[in-house]
Amino acid sequence: MEFFRNTEIDFLGKKWYFLAFSLVFSVAGLFSMLFWHHIPYGVDFRGGTLVYVKFSHTPDDNALRAAMDRVGLHNAKIQRYDVPSNNEVLIDLDVQETSEQALDNGKNKIIQTLETNVPAGKNDLNNSSSLAIKNYLMDKDPMHLGSDADQRYTQQAQAIVDTRDKVQGGVLSSFDQLKGPVDPAAVASLPDGFFLSDFGVRNVEIVGPQVGAQLRKQALLATAYSLAGMLIYLGFRFEWIYGIAAVVTVFHDTLITVGAFSLLNKDISLTVIAAILTLIGYSNNDTIVVFDRIRENIKLMRREKLSEIVNRSINQTLSRTILTAGLTFLTVLALYLFGGEVLRGFSLALVIGILIGTYSSIAIAAPILVAYQDWRIERARRPGAAARPGQVMTR
Amino acid sequence: MNKTLLWKLALIVATLLVFLFGIFGVPQSFSGHGLLTAMTDRIHLGLDLRGGTHLILQVQVNDAVNIDSDNAVEVLKEQLNKRKIAFADISKPDPQGSPDKVVLKGVPTEGRKDLLDIVTERLPEYNLSPGAENTYTLTMKPQTLSDLKTKAVSQAIETIRNRIDSLGVSEPTIQEHGLGQYQILVQLPGVDDPERVKSIMQSTAMLEIKQVLGGPYPSEQAALQDKGGILPPDAILMQGHVTPGTPSDQEAWYLVSRVSAVRGKDLRDAQPSTDQNGQPDVTFTLTGEGGQRFYSFTSAHVGEGLAVVLDNKVQEVANIKEAIRDTGTISGGSMTQQAAKDLSMILRSGALPAGIKYLEERTVGPSLGTDSIRSGVNAAIVGMLVVLIFMLIYYRAAGINADIALLLNLVILLGFMGYVGAVLTLPGIAGVILTVGMGVDSNVLIFERIREELRNGKTPPSAVDQGFSHAWVTIVDTHVTTIVSAAILFIFGTGPVQGFAVTLVFGLIANVFTAVFVSRTIFDWILTRKQRGEALSI
Repeated sequence: MEFFRNTEIDFLGKKWYFLAFSLVFSVAGLFSMLFWHHIPYGVDFRGGTLVYVKFSHTPDDNALRAAMDRVGLHNAKIQRYDVPSNNEVLIDLDVQETSEQALDNGKNKIIQTLETNVPAGKNDLNNSSSLAIKNYLMDKDPMHLGSDADQRYTQQAQAIVDTRDKVQGGVLSSFDQLKGPVDPAAVASLPDGFFLSDFGVRNVEIVGPQVGAQLRKQALLATAYSLAGMLIYLGFRFEWIYGIAAVVTVFHDTLITVGAFSLLNKDISLTVIAAILTLIGYSNNDTIVVFDRIRENIKLMRREKLSEIVNRSINQTLSRTILTAGLTFLTVLALYLFGGEVLRGFSLALVIGILIGTYSSIAIAAPILVAYQDWRIERARRPGAAARPGQVMTR
Repeated sequence: MNKTLLWKLALIVATLLVFLFGIFGVPQSFSGHGLLTAMTDRIHLGLDLRGGTHLILQVQVNDAVNIDSDNAVEVLKEQLNKRKIAFADISKPDPQGSPDKVVLKGVPTEGRKDLLDIVTERLPEYNLSPGAENTYTLTMKPQTLSDLKTKAVSQAIETIRNRIDSLGVSEPTIQEHGLGQYQILVQLPGVDDPERVKSIMQSTAMLEIKQVLGGPYPSEQAALQDKGGILPPDAILMQGHVTPGTPSDQEAWYLVSRVSAVRGKDLRDAQPSTDQNGQPDVTFTLTGEGGQRFYSFTSAHVGEGLAVVLDNKVQEVANIKEAIRDTGTISGGSMTQQAAKDLSMILRSGALPAGIKYLEERTVGPSLGTDSIRSGVNAAIVGMLVVLIFMLIYYRAAGINADIALLLNLVILLGFMGYVGAVLTLPGIAGVILTVGMGVDSNVLIFERIREELRNGKTPPSAVDQGFSHAWVTIVDTHVTTIVSAAILFIFGTGPVQGFAVTLVFGLIANVFTAVFVSRTIFDWILTRKQRGEALSI
């Protein structure tokens, strides 16, 4: 089977279309970054508090919002998380509620607000730690144990927590759900000291302002170093203009990917930055394959014009480019579709980036080489300028 | 089959076995479950997959510097008084911003030489610089300052490790974090109760026993009024421990001696105990030297009050009935049994050299981790199947070759992680999937080149040879650049992101071996079995 055989597409002839396409997306992204959604920093970079809460029934967003308002969390953003049938809500507090004096203030406020109708003297089993449950069991001693009580009740408490978290997905709606893995006497003793609320906290992320600023700086530095490393390596292996062309291309990809996140108003988290750095590697990969072919062909086709050589090289590697891009795209798509909510931003960045990265190695990197060459020839021809050899790309 | 080929095949099989061992070790059983437990024994799951608490805290290193410069102030005062040199004032102008500076005002010109002597003899780690109007500034030497700060961080790590270890958390990570920000990363797998651990870690546990000079007073103002508006120079005011909701739920202030009779480092042991009313408390024992000091202090002050001070709060005040040698108790209000246990543990683990502040806190519930593993593994399986099947259809027999190389790539990657004890995170699983996607690139590159050479009329053996040698240059270039960006990611990233970088780098290194060496060997083997002129299935 073969999809592409001896293609003869004039890619360089379409460079103005490519330029227009890239400009439209870059400018749209830039425009959104500057004037519309700005750069939608995730909690890692802006600081703040995220609390993921799972309910045992469909939550009422408006009631939640009103409850948050009552305790003074006016800026709380409430979003449904994952598929609606999961009954999960993401409560997002900005960095003002996340002071470094008491980092977890906002989180504790949220939990207190959600704990409505608390029976006097009872604790919420859905939000109790295994240690608290163990201490309670030790106190009550429903199984009438001897010297091994500490160990046995630790096991029972762990069984309760495991059933809640791993079997019931984080929320118990009835004490009966514990029967089986947990000792019946222990289960029977629980309602005296515990009640079941309608929610469980699944995940908490609290990032103080200092860390946020630090991570922003690190992400920027990592991207810059990555680009610099590439420039140096390619300059060393090929020629400087190849390195510059590759870095411009990769910068173009990064700009468009970040722009897409801004246009879609999706949070840029640490893992999205990881995805972007991977893309820098991937896009560069693609560019190098084409450059390698150009370098090889320059030696073979000394008579041809550079634009001819570049076109030929792109066509020769086209089959590989499309196949690899297609396969990588499919794996990343699998990640986007099946990888779950936690990886959604990460895989979205990869899905966008692989499309752009493949396009740019053909549409941006190669034309830069030819444009540079034309400019050199033009300058050499100009009267008064020092005569320079025409073919500069040979080595 | 020739001899070199046999050797190569043997090498490949040996590699496979070595890395299979890296993944599974020697499993208890070969059932699916047995293999899974064997695998998770060797490859550790990250916090985001197994649930737990991740904290970043910052050591307030200025505290440690302040302790040292406070001491310098005391030494300076004592020495100046001893040599009868007048001075107007010794103070630290900015204890928060520059805790390493002490300013000395109003020293007469004739005292200058003596002052210089004091500093060179008694405070060699400080520089003395004269300013205008008989003012002198003492600044800690930069080397001493940075040593002090580094030491504070490593001591804090040590203390925190002691405390976490006695809590019985399995496989905790406690290490310095970031570059020169005095931060510590603490990862506690399986801990679902961050509140308790946090307060245990944060307690500086600075225990002091001081002489009570006055009090209790209902407020700071009352204490000042009692002393006629000015505190005695060797005394300080301290707030008493208040337990909200108890009958003694009132503010109380005590005037206590500035100098402590006993400090935290004099402590030998601390154990939870109960007082005569059955209330939980903590009994501590002092070291030989500390006990000696405590004995001379208590014998000199029989009938007077002593204060047990914990973290600059008066925990308990008692009358000295007789000279005490080496034990004491801390009760302080209505302590629960758990609190008494925790406090004695904290005291045993030693004091923190400086306060700590939490900068970041992430808790992953075990339910979320289980979900993440399930979806990550699902995505990996789907992604892999798509690639494997496509290669089979597109390249026919050569597709098998590519698939073998890919699977071996995966085995080597996971085996590597098992050997070096790398941590598999959710982005790490994504890295595995990406390795499959990007790893197949080398195969495609080589195969396409072979097809091209065949089209140009080369014989199969020479086409394979040319294909590999041309593609090799490209593969080196592409792998090096990707590894560079992954390495940068590892240096700058944290936790899950680092896990991703690790899998990516290992995957790519393994890929060079599988896509080039293994795949080439398989081609060579196929070619030796073919008749001359027979077509290659690619």
